[in-house]
Amino acid sequence: MVNDLLTSPPGWMHAAIFFGLGACLLMIVLGFVTYAILAERKVLGFMQLRPGPNRVGGRFGLLQTVADVLKLLIKEDTIPKAADKPLFILAPVLAFAPAFMVLAAIPFSDHLKFSDLSIGLLYYIAISGITTVGILMAGWASNNKYSLLGGMRSAAQMISYEIPLVISVVGVIMFSGSLNLTEIVEGQKTVAYMFLSPLGFIVFLISSIAELNRTPFDLPEAESELVAGYHVEYSGFRWAFFMLTEYVYLFAMAALTTVLFLGGWNPVPFLGFIPGIIWFALKFSLIVFFMIWVRGTMPRLRADQLMEFAWKVLLPVALLNIFVSAVVKELFLR
Amino acid sequence: MPNEHDGTPPESNEPLSKEELKKRAAAEAKAKALELARQRALEKKEESEAAAGSSEPEDALAKEKALAAAKAKAVAAAKAKAAAAAKAKAAREGATAAAGSGDEKALAAAKAKAAAAAKAKAAAAAKAKAAREGATEAAGSGDEKALAAAKAKAAAAAKAKAAAAAKAKAAREGATDAAGSGDEKALAAAEAKAAAAAKAKAAAAAKAKAARAGESDPSDASDEKAKAIAAAKAKAAAAARAKAAASAKIAEKPAEEQKPSPLQPLLDKYKAIIQKELGEDALEDSYINLLSKDVPTLVAKPDTYYQIAQLLKHHEELRFDYLSELHATDFETHLEVYTHFYSYSHRCPAALKVKINREDPVIDSLAPLWSGADWPEREAYDLIGITFKGHPNLTRIMMPDDWVGHPLRKDYEPYDVEV
Amino acid sequence: MIRTEEMLLNVGPQHPSTHGVFRIVLKIDGETIIEANPVIGYLHRGTEKLAENLQYTQIIPYTDRMDYLAAMTNNYVICHAVETMMNIEIPERADYLRVLVMELGRVASHLVWFGTYLLDIGAMSPFLYAFREREAIIGFLNEISGARLTFNYMRIGGVKWDAPEGWIEKVRDFVPYMREQLAGYHDLVTGNEIFLNRVKGVGYYSKEEALDYSLSGANLRCTGIAWDLRKDEPYSLYDRFTFNVPAFDSGDAWARYQCRMAEIEESLKIIEQAVEQFPESGEVLAKVPKIIKPPKGEAFVRIESPRGEIGCYIASEGKKEPYRLKFRRPSFYNLQILPKLLVGENISNLITILGGIDIVLGEVDG
Repeated sequence: MVNDLLTSPPGWMHAAIFFGLGACLLMIVLGFVTYAILAERKVLGFMQLRPGPNRVGGRFGLLQTVADVLKLLIKEDTIPKAADKPLFILAPVLAFAPAFMVLAAIPFSDHLKFSDLSIGLLYYIAISGITTVGILMAGWASNNKYSLLGGMRSAAQMISYEIPLVISVVGVIMFSGSLNLTEIVEGQKTVAYMFLSPLGFIVFLISSIAELNRTPFDLPEAESELVAGYHVEYSGFRWAFFMLTEYVYLFAMAALTTVLFLGGWNPVPFLGFIPGIIWFALKFSLIVFFMIWVRGTMPRLRADQLMEFAWKVLLPVALLNIFVSAVVKELFLR
Repeated sequence: MPNEHDGTPPESNEPLSKEELKKRAAAEAKAKALELARQRALEKKEESEAAAGSSEPEDALAKEKALAAAKAKAVAAAKAKAAAAAKAKAAREGATAAAGSGDEKALAAAKAKAAAAAKAKAAAAAKAKAAREGATEAAGSGDEKALAAAKAKAAAAAKAKAAAAAKAKAAREGATDAAGSGDEKALAAAEAKAAAAAKAKAAAAAKAKAARAGESDPSDASDEKAKAIAAAKAKAAAAARAKAAASAKIAEKPAEEQKPSPLQPLLDKYKAIIQKELGEDALEDSYINLLSKDVPTLVAKPDTYYQIAQLLKHHEELRFDYLSELHATDFETHLEVYTHFYSYSHRCPAALKVKINREDPVIDSLAPLWSGADWPEREAYDLIGITFKGHPNLTRIMMPDDWVGHPLRKDYEPYDVEV
Repeated sequence: MIRTEEMLLNVGPQHPSTHGVFRIVLKIDGETIIEANPVIGYLHRGTEKLAENLQYTQIIPYTDRMDYLAAMTNNYVICHAVETMMNIEIPERADYLRVLVMELGRVASHLVWFGTYLLDIGAMSPFLYAFREREAIIGFLNEISGARLTFNYMRIGGVKWDAPEGWIEKVRDFVPYMREQLAGYHDLVTGNEIFLNRVKGVGYYSKEEALDYSLSGANLRCTGIAWDLRKDEPYSLYDRFTFNVPAFDSGDAWARYQCRMAEIEESLKIIEQAVEQFPESGEVLAKVPKIIKPPKGEAFVRIESPRGEIGCYIASEGKKEPYRLKFRRPSFYNLQILPKLLVGENISNLITILGGIDIVLGEVDG
């Protein structure tokens, strides 16, 4: 159905359908975010010998996040007197919108996708860069020294890590010969690219965690140093927007990793009877779990070490990966 | 450090030991029957009265002999409770010595004491019982019996406690070593008595250690020393001995003023250096602070305070590189700054005090010498109101900057705008 | 050239990583610290002034509030000072109980430090692991003293309560368990590359500087000076136990970390031996006068607290209240070196260095 819609000529009806679908996806994403937060808290709780949420919504705390969101909605919305008001209001929106926009390019299964961009990968990377502006804006507009430091760190970090992130997928692009995410998945019918380009996979995984500002790369909001970093002055739903951004990106990045390296909806050999969407969900959950796991284990890097790591370690390794991928392609895929 | 002086108690007692023993033996043979009764009394927890009553004849003898041990006992008699047990034990030891004759007596005494030392760790009832056994058995005759008694006692102690057993073993070794050679026995006895004197004032634990320490000396002298060391207890014993020696001295001090503190040489050294470098009258006073673990205390004059501090820090033989504590006190007649130093190069402590005029409380800062004096001096400035000349940043540290008054002054009245 | 401007950053008194109400005013250029001015006193409660109107036994609860993470050593230091002045003999059982609770307190204190330090550095899980073990220790101390933090357990001449039935056995069983957990911490943290990068070479000072700034405890031992008052000026029963004084000579936050972790092991050794030697019966409180009146004079004693050298000075007029009571508070002295260490570092290192010093603000402010 989606394929028909994507190929048929545009019209008002299309717009309405896409709007409906978009709204649907937003709901799905929000649902995911709700339970991703719960899952994170539960998994972390499990790793840290504590129960995690267990009161609201039964013994698994199923409604905990819902209650949290409701609380945030009715919280007083404060804007500091000395803040740059228009920017202060705009920043959360600017941070969140791209997070949702990138989802448009990601195929969840061979049928379930919202666009079929030939430059899907490039689109994702380009759009996700905008969030940095939102965060920098939040840091600046708050007129708070901690948020300013957080915003600056964030800008430096996201720009630095975007480079190894992009370069690490060059190998994948070479293998598949396309920037279209659907075609990249199609190219992994026999073997997932994480096996063909393990170096690229590792660099991508590390950079993606850094892009997501998650531990051990959570410097922009390092609570023990900068209190809360760029969103220190935000409260209520404006603050929730930042959290939402973070978790939507977690969703998007995990999906992108699945698509690029884990073979998307392609089944593991001999288990093809299980529907592709389930495979996608499984691989996707694995990545999300991994990120939570890392958060539960690692201490935080220092700002200068973070930069050093990006430029001195990840970038050369990513470049090496291009070379290795070319060799692999010449030797085995020809 | 106490270690340097641990040899002194045996030395001071050695020349007296033999004749002392004989006199004791004669005198205390009579006391033997009384002694056993006293043990039982001890058992019944009537310690203080029994001890006080029985100690008097002993004291008379002790005075005659002018022995440190006896004196300590006499002093201890005044101190009712803790001394009672120790004294009873010492007397008991004398009784056992009297029961036999000659060297054997001394040996028996040494053994009994060794056993007593082991027992000091055990419960009071157990101790009394074992001691009684020791007394009766030693009264019988011969080396073997006494040795067996000591062993039996040690075994009894071992039953009570693992640690006590270890100590009993050490003590037993000491006793057997003493049995090896003639003169050493007497020496052992003398030392054991010196240790007993120390016991009179020291804690129950310290008592045990002192006895053990006293007896480990002959064991060191003998060939079986190596065995004792191999038992891995020698180290602990040495440390205990050092402590016991120190505590023995502290204990004897009130009784015998001429006994110098183990840290007296240090004080003399400091004094000599300061007087040599800064003149005879640089120090206002200097003494050993007996209440404060014998720390050599120097009292500087306000105008020599900084120079003395400088000397303490930089002089090759002093080198107090560590300022452990600095604070001030309001003594109403004057203010006082107290500093405690430690020299990591020479491993010795010192305290420096200076009295400051209360009306014009100004003194040199030590912060240029020890960076660690910075905040304590600010604290003293804040809470007592002493101005430190040459301090890099003399501002209030605990109180807000606009606080009025210095709270730790004795005449401090809280200032309140609204009152 | 980019024109940069210095900025004043006020860290604290309410900040997640200042471990209480500590404030430090930073002058920063970008994230580089040019100047640091610590401001303390927010938790000053005037213990020393209050003590001048209290009897000695009444002061003990106040000491609990100084270093609230290792209140047992604080209890001990004042008792020890009075006992030294009055020459009181402590019953052996009481002394063993004191050693046991002090060493348990030391382990608990180091565990809090370990947890919060890692939390400062950004790892959350070790904190919760450390607190699990600490909880067990707090349970022991609660059982013996009736309080979880402010024990008020020791008295002049001994301790207030004897160990309850089965307590010693529980402590004995705790030692191997704690060793096992400690190995787990090392697996989780000690070899972690990020952690090593955060602490190695950070906050370095030399032996001479450490002495000059009157540092003590692990802050001194990290420069290679194996100085521990338990060993070098033995008090209580510490001369009866075999244990090492861990010292590392790199002088940085990494050495301080290693020191404290090794100290946990040494404390466990002491606990093990103390439990073994523990007398089966006996008094826990010496017969001391109802009203304690140390002789006229003054005394200064110092002992080894988890944070360093804690001392107590008493000037007595022979009355039932001290004329002047003064605590040498190790955190207060240890913190002095902070402004010096911070110059030229960045804000992340501020947290690492401050955490590495291991301060307790209750103690800093007295």
